[in-house]
Amino acid sequence: MAKLNIVQAINLGLDQEMAKDDSVVVLGEDVGVDGGVFRVTDGLHAKYGEERVIDTPLAESGIIGTSIGMALAGLRPVAEMQFSGFSYHIFHQLEGHASRLRQRSLGQRTVPLVVRMPFGGGVRALEHHSESREATYAHLPGVKVVIPSSPRNARALIVAAIRDPDPVIFMEPKHVYRAFREEVPETEEVMEIGRSEIVQEGSDLTLVAWGAMMRPALRAAVEVQNARKVSIEVIDLLTIAPMDSHTIVESVQKTGRCVIVQEAPKTLGIASEIIARINDHVLLYLEAPVNRVTNYDVVTPYFGRELDFTPDAGRIQREIETTLDF
Amino acid sequence: MPRTQVERFSVSHMQILDDDGNADPELEPKLTKEQLLEIYRLMFLARKQDQRMLKLQRQGRIGTFGPCTGQEASSIGPAYALGDSDWLVTAFRDLGARLVRKEPLINSLLFHNGFEEGNVVPDEAPNVLPISIIVGSQALHATGIAYAMKYRGEKAAALTFFGDGASSQGDVYEAMNFAGVWKAPVVFICQNNQWAISMPRSKQTRAVTLAQKAIAAGIPGLQVDGNDVLATYAATKEALARAYAGEGPTMIEALTYRLMMHTTADDPRRYRNEDEEKAAWEKDPIPRFRKYIERKGIWDAKKQAALEEEIKGEVDATVKEFESRKDFQPEILFDHVFGTKHAEIEEQRAQFLENLKLKSAKAE
Ligand SMILES: Cc1ncc(C[n+]2csc(CCOP(=O)(O)OP(=O)(O)O)c2C)c(N)n1
Ligand SMILES: [Mg+2]
Repeated sequence: MAKLNIVQAINLGLDQEMAKDDSVVVLGEDVGVDGGVFRVTDGLHAKYGEERVIDTPLAESGIIGTSIGMALAGLRPVAEMQFSGFSYHIFHQLEGHASRLRQRSLGQRTVPLVVRMPFGGGVRALEHHSESREATYAHLPGVKVVIPSSPRNARALIVAAIRDPDPVIFMEPKHVYRAFREEVPETEEVMEIGRSEIVQEGSDLTLVAWGAMMRPALRAAVEVQNARKVSIEVIDLLTIAPMDSHTIVESVQKTGRCVIVQEAPKTLGIASEIIARINDHVLLYLEAPVNRVTNYDVVTPYFGRELDFTPDAGRIQREIETTLDF
Repeated sequence: MPRTQVERFSVSHMQILDDDGNADPELEPKLTKEQLLEIYRLMFLARKQDQRMLKLQRQGRIGTFGPCTGQEASSIGPAYALGDSDWLVTAFRDLGARLVRKEPLINSLLFHNGFEEGNVVPDEAPNVLPISIIVGSQALHATGIAYAMKYRGEKAAALTFFGDGASSQGDVYEAMNFAGVWKAPVVFICQNNQWAISMPRSKQTRAVTLAQKAIAAGIPGLQVDGNDVLATYAATKEALARAYAGEGPTMIEALTYRLMMHTTADDPRRYRNEDEEKAAWEKDPIPRFRKYIERKGIWDAKKQAALEEEIKGEVDATVKEFESRKDFQPEILFDHVFGTKHAEIEEQRAQFLENLKLKSAKAE
């Protein structure tokens, strides 16, 4: 076992899948010689050559459109969007084709495609480098959306995404790309897409988060637990779509209280969907309204003001307390 | 049946200044002494500000940015050809062009320190749109603006910049194609600086020139030496004359070189060697233009020393002003989501202010 950060862990997953299956190809802007602007594909070009690690011309729609073709013809493309903010060119290829070729052909044509994209804020970068638009992709039936939060689950989920028979948008929380290291087993580890994970058990409140928000959420949970005699159950969503209602519903049935943390703007976010599912299944078990800590419905601020808007541990802690005190 | 030739195309290249600063007298544009010195000053200012920003970034005093060093001629020449009613639509490496359009020097610091204030230009400055980061996307806006100029019968044009990498984007081709169909008064300047982050120009397209992309759109295309400010100016002037005369768009490929890293987050040693960079420095557009004005007898070492002094003072003063600015209201973003008031946004503004208060209370 080696202690890896998220960048290295995804790199390990890509490397191992490429070694194992020669239908896996990597493509995108600067993913080859440069190893990707975040170095996620570092070393793969040298190891597997330019036919399997393709530095493409600068055109996102082209990258995904051709990836769909490759996938239809039996390859397993893993395409990189340099930043999620530049992925909107691909929306028509996803909505118009990748998401629906399976259903359109009643299962005869499939698109086993992975689209990796760093997303989220907190990196003092230029405009379009800080958005969280997972809900935008999660709204497409036929597309899976996965968001890892740690080196270990990032590795296990990228492997699952590559082996998945359908298009998977793999959104990488760049704020925590190198924030911490974790033991990642050298031997194969695969997580199931479509499952959330209880990362801390508790009985008084359910706290749901994903991606880079896991860390402030966990910090807030610890603070509250230190301050009062409560225990908080923390769920890492991991798969955004198709969502694992079961884990959340069961937890809320037990705790009766729930706070959801979302880096994205408030309206029509993933938190809204979680609240709807809780209402569908366990409304009568609730002891307090389900609470959410989200960004605001403003255009993502440039980084000078960004942190005033992003949910932080202090705000999460206050909302947990409000919900406990209800 | 024998095949017949239906059309024949060619691409021409234009250069006015040679490496030693000698101008071709046939092509030399008619610029006054004052204009030549103004161009030189702008090039020098862009270079000095760029290099200062690099230092500031390394010291953590501003964020990531894409240096423009080496591209002063390809950026400033075209912008200098614009009239006051024309529009400038730039990408992210066009400090020089933006300075020509009277964007305050401080904007580059505000913008790159994460404040939208860096996009706001004085009302009296000629039209210049905020920096566009999404590669190639802005070219379409220029075509739309040009259509509007034509529709309104205004004698004005739009000028847009994009890179060699951007030339691979559908948006760029669409912009040229629409402009051709509409005969829109727009000038497309492709600054071919040979690199798109780590991608050399040769891997971007099999096309031998980028200027020939104009051919497919049915519009005039021309290649110029992009380190020759007289050539970039003259080619743009000519394109603008055609645009004003209702003859439609032009595309100009300006051959230049990105002398620095892609952005401050990039390490060029991973993909290109120092020799290539050294050779490119030999073609630095600023000394070349300086030789030209020296030959003309309008510049000398004494004037140069005075200019350096003056520009250092201007850059220093701007950095000082920038670092003393504290008037960034956090909540103003709520004022600019929409042009109309909405209860939900106002409620969120109130929550935002409350959360901010609680956050700073805790921090104290
Ligand atoms: C649509 C889009 N894709 C990717 C990026 C990331 N990116 C920023 S600049 C750049 C390369 C641009 O190359 P070029 O057009 O030649 O301009 P240059 O950087 O050389 O000025 C890339 C890939 C982006 N900003 N926008
Ligand atoms: Mg370039």
